[in-house]
Amino acid sequence: MARSCSCNDFTRSQLLRRGAAIAGKGLPAIEPGMPLPAGTGLDRRTFLLRSAGAALSVYGASMLSPRHFEEGIAQASAAGGPNAPVLVSIFMEGGWDALSVLAPVKEARYKELRPTLGLAEGAGEVFTEDENLMWHPAAGGLAELHGEGKVTVFPAIGYEPSEESHFTSRHYWEVGQLDANARSGWMGRYLDLVGEADNPLQGLSLDYSLAPALATASMPVAAVSSPADYTMWAYGLGEPVTGPALETFGALGALPATSPAYAQARGGSYDTSLVLEEMANFVKLEKESPDSSTVTYPTGEFAERLAVLAAMLHREMPIKCVSLNAVGSYDTHSGEVDTLTTNLEQTIGALVAFQRDLEARGLDQRVLIQLWSEFGRRPRENGSGTDHGAGGVAFLIGSRAAGKMVGEFPGLTKLDENENLVKTSDFRGMYCSLLEQWFQTEAGLVIPEAASFERPVLVV
Amino acid sequence: MLGDEPATMASSSVTPTGHAGKAGGAQGKAAAKDHHDKHRKHHKRRRHRKPAHRPAIAQPHGTLGTILPVAPASPPSSSPAPVPSIGSPPLTLDQAYRLLWRAGFGPAPGQAESLVGQPLEEVVFSLTRPSGPATLSGPEPVNEEGEPLDPDHAWGDDHCWWLDRMVRSDQQLIERMTLILHDWFANSNAQVNSQQLMLEQNSLFRSMAVGSFDELFLAVTTNPAMLLFLNGTSNNKWDPNENYAREMMELFSLGADRGAYTEDDVREMARTLTGWCSDWSAELGNYNFRFEPSYHDTGQKTVFGQTGNWNYEDAVRLCVSHPLHASFFVTKLWGYFIPTAPSEATLASLQGVYTSSAYSIRAVVEAILQHPDFYEGAEMVTPPVVYNAGLLRSISRPIDTTAWAWLSANAGQQLFYPPNVSGWDFTRWLDTSTARARWEIASYVTAKSYPNPWPPEGQPEYSATEDPATALSSALAYWANPLLSAESEQCITAFAQSVLKEPLAQWERSPYRAMRQNALRMLIATSPDMQVS
Repeated sequence: MARSCSCNDFTRSQLLRRGAAIAGKGLPAIEPGMPLPAGTGLDRRTFLLRSAGAALSVYGASMLSPRHFEEGIAQASAAGGPNAPVLVSIFMEGGWDALSVLAPVKEARYKELRPTLGLAEGAGEVFTEDENLMWHPAAGGLAELHGEGKVTVFPAIGYEPSEESHFTSRHYWEVGQLDANARSGWMGRYLDLVGEADNPLQGLSLDYSLAPALATASMPVAAVSSPADYTMWAYGLGEPVTGPALETFGALGALPATSPAYAQARGGSYDTSLVLEEMANFVKLEKESPDSSTVTYPTGEFAERLAVLAAMLHREMPIKCVSLNAVGSYDTHSGEVDTLTTNLEQTIGALVAFQRDLEARGLDQRVLIQLWSEFGRRPRENGSGTDHGAGGVAFLIGSRAAGKMVGEFPGLTKLDENENLVKTSDFRGMYCSLLEQWFQTEAGLVIPEAASFERPVLVV
Repeated sequence: MLGDEPATMASSSVTPTGHAGKAGGAQGKAAAKDHHDKHRKHHKRRRHRKPAHRPAIAQPHGTLGTILPVAPASPPSSSPAPVPSIGSPPLTLDQAYRLLWRAGFGPAPGQAESLVGQPLEEVVFSLTRPSGPATLSGPEPVNEEGEPLDPDHAWGDDHCWWLDRMVRSDQQLIERMTLILHDWFANSNAQVNSQQLMLEQNSLFRSMAVGSFDELFLAVTTNPAMLLFLNGTSNNKWDPNENYAREMMELFSLGADRGAYTEDDVREMARTLTGWCSDWSAELGNYNFRFEPSYHDTGQKTVFGQTGNWNYEDAVRLCVSHPLHASFFVTKLWGYFIPTAPSEATLASLQGVYTSSAYSIRAVVEAILQHPDFYEGAEMVTPPVVYNAGLLRSISRPIDTTAWAWLSANAGQQLFYPPNVSGWDFTRWLDTSTARARWEIASYVTAKSYPNPWPPEGQPEYSATEDPATALSSALAYWANPLLSAESEQCITAFAQSVLKEPLAQWERSPYRAMRQNALRMLIATSPDMQVS
């Protein structure tokens, strides 16, 4: 069971986010007569710390939800708000084969490099911005959205010097720089700039663990595999004990830490207690006043997560950056044909449903979806698969995506010194444009050497 | 123990069980009992607490994760100077806790106490130099129906079969090293698709866990699960497949970004490794893994500047004799036990130990477990499966459900399913998803021994009079008295004191106290202190 909340909690927090409550003026009392931390200027951390000590006898056993007392939330509504832009970053793990996703079927060299894996001309739809290229038959949904001007294609994105290690290359993309030792994610650094101290949902991994691209230096972020499952019960617990017990769980997380490991452990507990409350409110509201989607999603965990994300955005939850893993692994050293087709079908099908859902809910103007992978694969096949390559393919999807190809397809006649596709756009330029054009934030504060990257127009 | 009075629970859970306190002997057990008796007599407990290794500071509240030691690109030369050692002082309680959590799966009841006062070196050797096969004491693992596990076939039974060894084996370090090697050579059954082959590999890791790394590396290179996982069986002279070639250098022996190898080395190494294959049948799956000379590229290959008609044995030899291998090996192994990088002098000496002992894993582990940094340095986050095993050990609960497989998966670590070939991310074990999952694990651990607030007719009710201090003592004793930090204990104490609002109605007194007891157990087990060692 989740923490009990007084009945008006979510309405209250909604009001707060809309700026109806003004910081410092105090909030309506939940239990008349209780001293309110809002009047004392306590934030949640201080509040929990106090409640963990002597003051617990005053606050601890009450059913107060201290989340709603803090002043941070009212400030949060200003930075967030119902129209704040949201970026949904979707990772195609393993390095997807750009030359199959957008196949250069008209190039003679393609058939030579891909005698068994090569797609036949006419198998998929022609890519209208470069007729040498053809969409993979399982990516028809992307072709459809592209036809509506909602997909920006990066046909050969990467960086130089390229890295063929999954982990190094993925790390570069995650941290937004070519630095093996960098630790904060590029979205994490954005959140460090604009985030709120008590809003872990601002950076949300819809997954069983946190995406490194969301790693922050100072702001909390969250990983939630499924909001409906985000409960904390235990054998032989019940009210009036559960509420204070979960509050104490959070209070243990609010204590100062003596080492990085302790900081991680305490931070985990603290943020968990915040997320628990948000998820309980969301699930309760979905149950009480269902506002289900008019769009039918495909089955599967990835599609379910996108569906619940649309619902959370519809509820105006304070989400800024989201990370998900696409269906399956794209590290197709062997058996590529079947694996890639299955993964693409499921991933693209769910993404199209998500975009349609956002459109139906009127949210499509504030959401942009980014599809990326750590690299493309080697043009020359190895039999039934392909090895690691360099230049890959990435997409931006959304009603406000500029829909114009960034960088041309370089062709297969001239490959780089490792026989890989040459890149014609840099992922750091994509990040700079997203920060500036989508998030209205100075890119130089997030991406090192931002000035050196060309900014494509990505948003209309 | 369901519905027992707290006093009974306390005493039954501290009684050393069959597999507990082996190293301690009778004297150790007596000392442990005395230690606990003191606790029970004096509610104002004088507990040992986790030592604070650094002054408490308010950390910025981000999610960067911890840093793993990485071998430098320019390591020092190997040195014959001895590795700095803490010597062999009598072991303290917090040293015993750290050793049992980091080199094993947490203490069994009374085990840490039984080691107190023993010479440190002897205790380390008792872990690293076990004799003969491991003894697994206590009930055999079963599923929720009470049936024996079927680790070769049933989903999750593989995880629980190994978890059982972690809980019951008297060779704790061997199991822990097996887990480390599973992460080092991380293969996932998601691709291998044969629990039987994964378990064969697991057995290989266990049998060579503290042996010679070069022998282990060669065995792993031709291990069927590995051949499938990194496409060794699709690597032939006609279509070389680079998957194993790259990872054997990047992840297993040399490390990325150190200038240890080039992309050309990857391609040449792939040719070197050609020749392995297997057969397939619908009935048997992949079988008959073998080296097929006609599939092997017999041309000259140049790897690390050395040219010859190399094969897979040469591939392993070339990696292990590479000048950057020893520093990679000792740093990576160190990082599983100690969260901060070794000093340059320590690194040089560890390399010396490794190369002069014919690549002995045991020799390096022994040096690490006696290094001052191991005992005096900061904490590490305990991996989820170690946490789960440790909780089960502390209450002496055998494997009697296969729920641990999905529970541990939710916490970020399902055995035989590492996320990718680089293994699990040890820098970020705890986030809002995995921290919640650890709560879930703790709750399931208590499932068969929690006091029911509303016991059925005829079963004893929980104490209607238990005071807060007794409640806390009892909850701590339930977990065999783990070490908590002073501030965490103060916080939990405040909860115990304030959660029940007197006066309680007659009908509330027992059930609410049972709930408080359960809450205290959960708060202790899920406290940040229990996530680190």
